[in-house]
Amino acid sequence: MKAVRLALRLLSREWRSGELGVLLLALTVAVAALTGVGFLVGRISAAVALEASSVLAADIRLGSTRPIAEAYFAEAERRGLKSARTSSTLSVVFNGDASQLTNLVAVTAGYPLRGRLLTAVEPFAPGTPVQGIPGPGEVWPASKLLAAVGGKVGTELSIGAATLRVTRVLISRPDQGGTFAELAPSLIMNAADLPATQLVQPGSRVSYAGLFAGERPAIEDFKAWLTDHKQPGERLRDITDASPQVRNAVERAGRFLSLASLVSVLLCAIAVAMAARRYVHRHLDTVALLKTLGATRGFTLAVAVLQLLALALIAALVGAALGFLAQEWLLRTIRGLLAVTELPPPSAMPFAVGLVTAIAVLAGFALPPLIQLQRVPALRVLRRDVGPPPPIVLLAFGPAVLVVLLLIWWVVRDRHLFLYLGAGLAAFLAILAFAGSALVLLAGRLRGRVGVAWRYGVANLSRRRAESVVQLVAFGTGIMVLLLLGIIRDDLNSDWRRTLPPNLPNYFFINIPPAERDDFIHFVEALGARTTRVLPMIRGRLTAINGRPIEEGRRGGRGEEEGFATREQNLTWTTELGPDNRIVAGHWWTEADAGKPLVSLATEFQESLGLRLGDHLTFDIGGETIETTVASIRKVKWDTFRPNFFIEFAPGVLEHVAGTYMTSAYFTPGTARTLAELAHRFPSVSIFDIDELLNQVRAVLDKAALAVQSVFVFTLLAGLTVLLAAVQSSRDERRYESAMLRTLGARRSTVVQGVLAEFLTLGTLSGLIAAAGASLAAYYLTTRWLELRYTFELVPCIVGIAGGALLVASGGWLATRSVVNQPPLRTLRA
Amino acid sequence: MSSNPTPSTHAQANFDSVLKAENLSKQVSSPEGALTIVDDVSLSIARGESVAVAGPSGAGKSTLLALLAGLDTPTSGRVLLEGTDLTRLDEDGRARLRAERVGFVFQSFHLIPALTALENVMLPLELAGRADARRAAAETLARVGLKDRTGHYPRQLSGGEQQRVAIARAFVTAPAVLFADEPTGNLDTATGARVGELLFELNASAHTTLVLVTHDRELAARCARTLRMEAGRIA
Repeated sequence: MKAVRLALRLLSREWRSGELGVLLLALTVAVAALTGVGFLVGRISAAVALEASSVLAADIRLGSTRPIAEAYFAEAERRGLKSARTSSTLSVVFNGDASQLTNLVAVTAGYPLRGRLLTAVEPFAPGTPVQGIPGPGEVWPASKLLAAVGGKVGTELSIGAATLRVTRVLISRPDQGGTFAELAPSLIMNAADLPATQLVQPGSRVSYAGLFAGERPAIEDFKAWLTDHKQPGERLRDITDASPQVRNAVERAGRFLSLASLVSVLLCAIAVAMAARRYVHRHLDTVALLKTLGATRGFTLAVAVLQLLALALIAALVGAALGFLAQEWLLRTIRGLLAVTELPPPSAMPFAVGLVTAIAVLAGFALPPLIQLQRVPALRVLRRDVGPPPPIVLLAFGPAVLVVLLLIWWVVRDRHLFLYLGAGLAAFLAILAFAGSALVLLAGRLRGRVGVAWRYGVANLSRRRAESVVQLVAFGTGIMVLLLLGIIRDDLNSDWRRTLPPNLPNYFFINIPPAERDDFIHFVEALGARTTRVLPMIRGRLTAINGRPIEEGRRGGRGEEEGFATREQNLTWTTELGPDNRIVAGHWWTEADAGKPLVSLATEFQESLGLRLGDHLTFDIGGETIETTVASIRKVKWDTFRPNFFIEFAPGVLEHVAGTYMTSAYFTPGTARTLAELAHRFPSVSIFDIDELLNQVRAVLDKAALAVQSVFVFTLLAGLTVLLAAVQSSRDERRYESAMLRTLGARRSTVVQGVLAEFLTLGTLSGLIAAAGASLAAYYLTTRWLELRYTFELVPCIVGIAGGALLVASGGWLATRSVVNQPPLRTLRA
Repeated sequence: MSSNPTPSTHAQANFDSVLKAENLSKQVSSPEGALTIVDDVSLSIARGESVAVAGPSGAGKSTLLALLAGLDTPTSGRVLLEGTDLTRLDEDGRARLRAERVGFVFQSFHLIPALTALENVMLPLELAGRADARRAAAETLARVGLKDRTGHYPRQLSGGEQQRVAIARAFVTAPAVLFADEPTGNLDTATGARVGELLFELNASAHTTLVLVTHDRELAARCARTLRMEAGRIA
């Protein structure tokens, strides 16, 4: 009780006298950064997950060729989950005499559970979101379908035995898929109308799906339940099976945001360590006096720990509130810029995480110096030069290391990455400390060649060598992580931009008859668009590998492998290697190879079947058996949305086989009418609209980029707090030195120049270390972890060095200004 | 080592001698080798006696005071405070003994800047677990003439006033021994004289044993006995 009373009394008095301002500020800003990142990451991750879920139109999708059992829906309802059903079948839709093969999708109320339906009042027009599903007797056909059969809103379409009226035009549905599986245009209808069509008969090919959505934990539980209870032939898909582009974006964003929040936590720790150092320094006399007056070590430690605990509580509450407000403000500001759906509400978790982390960081970084503080002998009341005995290294740094490792583990949760980052950090700090010592030593040697102010400033660095190295490590780390974030962010952004350039092809055209090929290209060009490249598309099946029939050789293989081996493939032949293809093994064919039965394989196909150069593949193409040899392996960039094939033949082999052509093209927005014309002019050509899919991917990437940038701002703030804490830690010494110098006759301007020289040197050296460190770390993280390309850039290095010098000099000057300005007499008398 | 005074740590029960040093030495290591600061000092101070320790700078006065008060440990020899051998107590044991039996006045006052005058005086009472800390502290502050300054912080008080707060803090626990290290060293002559006056006045009324380290001849002259130190020894 005694300790609590004294701790609170001292705390409130010291707070009023401004003693604790910097410590509390450092902790508060750090917690604000941490919780702000936590809230933001949490909400944006949830939004990203929702966006990814929307590709399935649900969180979980259970598909089957048989109707989905009622028991699943009952279980979902019991667990408080939302559900809906879809049934899809291919059928021909008529408008009078005009007909079109259509993918009929009958849906129940609630569809889609995730994502949204976009509809319009005319084909190919921009879509607007719509609530609900078509009412009974109504249908929403896709643009291509309506254009092909010459209908419009109000037209009555014959579907099987039923006649249903068009009330809207379907522009996109979330689960339309990113593959060519669904080439036929869609039509959405109410499930209640399906029996009337009489299309579902025994033996009909109908795909049924149960859609489920809800809170994440409940969904995870339900997924586990479904995995146990589902029948053979029922296929479960969730966000992890969603389209690969979206999944990659979520993974990349998650990894990067983890890294960024880890950086904020570490900066927080540095700031706390510095503030604690100052706290200890300022409380040596008090502790010595308390001991003289009869306080035991345990009592003085209790007083200090209680004070810090109270500070942690205040900082956690204020910081978390600030963090919440900051992210709320940020999200509100940016909501207008992005076509984002409503962000999910924040969870209370970051508050708890903020508090626990604040206490953990204090325990790791503030407790050891506090324990050291308690070792100051009472004798100090008589002899000011007596300090605590030298710290026990393990006690001084052990808790900090432990907390850092725990924090890294908490953020990363990956054994390999944890080991790499942990070892990397240790090596980094050691190298930084070594480099810092060397640079301080070098600066000290060079100081004889500069003017008096510079000599004074640099002398300060050399004289407080240990402190200078600590500050160099701190500033170096701070600037380095900011720089690292900047470099990686640029890499990420530019890689994403490279992945999705703005004029990416947005329409695929398939089934172009050879006779209409040239007409089609001319027509597209006349509409102001350019086709990417036009490739033949021939159906065929791989029947044997090196003479072994595929059924025998591949039985019992993995699902994907089995699929590759047994399913019908799209084949092409071409003379030129696509610009988005890179040969990784073998050679692309030359003119001399024309007519030779050679194939080139995409790495995905080659790896999944374990094929090698020179292997013999046998294909069944339209009943004809063709023996081929693998001549090359290609790495294909699929996300360019250009026509590409797993299997490409050399020219002169497949020309005689009947096939069609495919291509892709970019159409500017507002070309609805021209596309309708195209659909009408070439009715057999399938138009595949990937604009909406791309928009989905872009929306996900936008959110990821937004989160990255916001985290960057928080980290910057945390870095500035470190700077302030560092400068504050040497404030008392500076006040005294400044007073002494001025008493000895130095002009104020000389003292100012000295301070500036010291901080400029410190900042430049920190920047130098940071630039080198950040470049190395960026290389590693970009190439190994984020799996992107890395290009060394000089500009961030220069920015790091100049920025470091400027930041530390201006921060240092602002923080020491009052020290320099204080009349010397007041300082010396105090 | 025991953290509490026990019968085994008591010397022969000579309670007239409240403070006793036996062959007390203190050596420290320096670049030139071991340096003897206090050299085989033996002394005995009776209850209620006032003793001045005088001598030139560097003679070892403050170190002797630190050893006698249990703020530092001797290299050899022992210190008996009311019969308790300080050298057989650990740091916390010595702290507890100080809380109960020892008071201090320092040259640079050593008030806690974050606490008011009243709170500074309350501090040793609170550390000793006294329930009437506030009342006793207020009374003692009134006795040193600072009744109206109880709510002031050290920085709001003059040097003389700060030292009076420190004297109040030293006497508030009614210590058996009061150690004063150059109590007037940071004050001007007039203020120093007034503070000295107060110190002896309180000492007389409380029957406290006073051990005073000082350069001030007048102050030393007011003590019943003066020990002169030279090169670590009592001359």
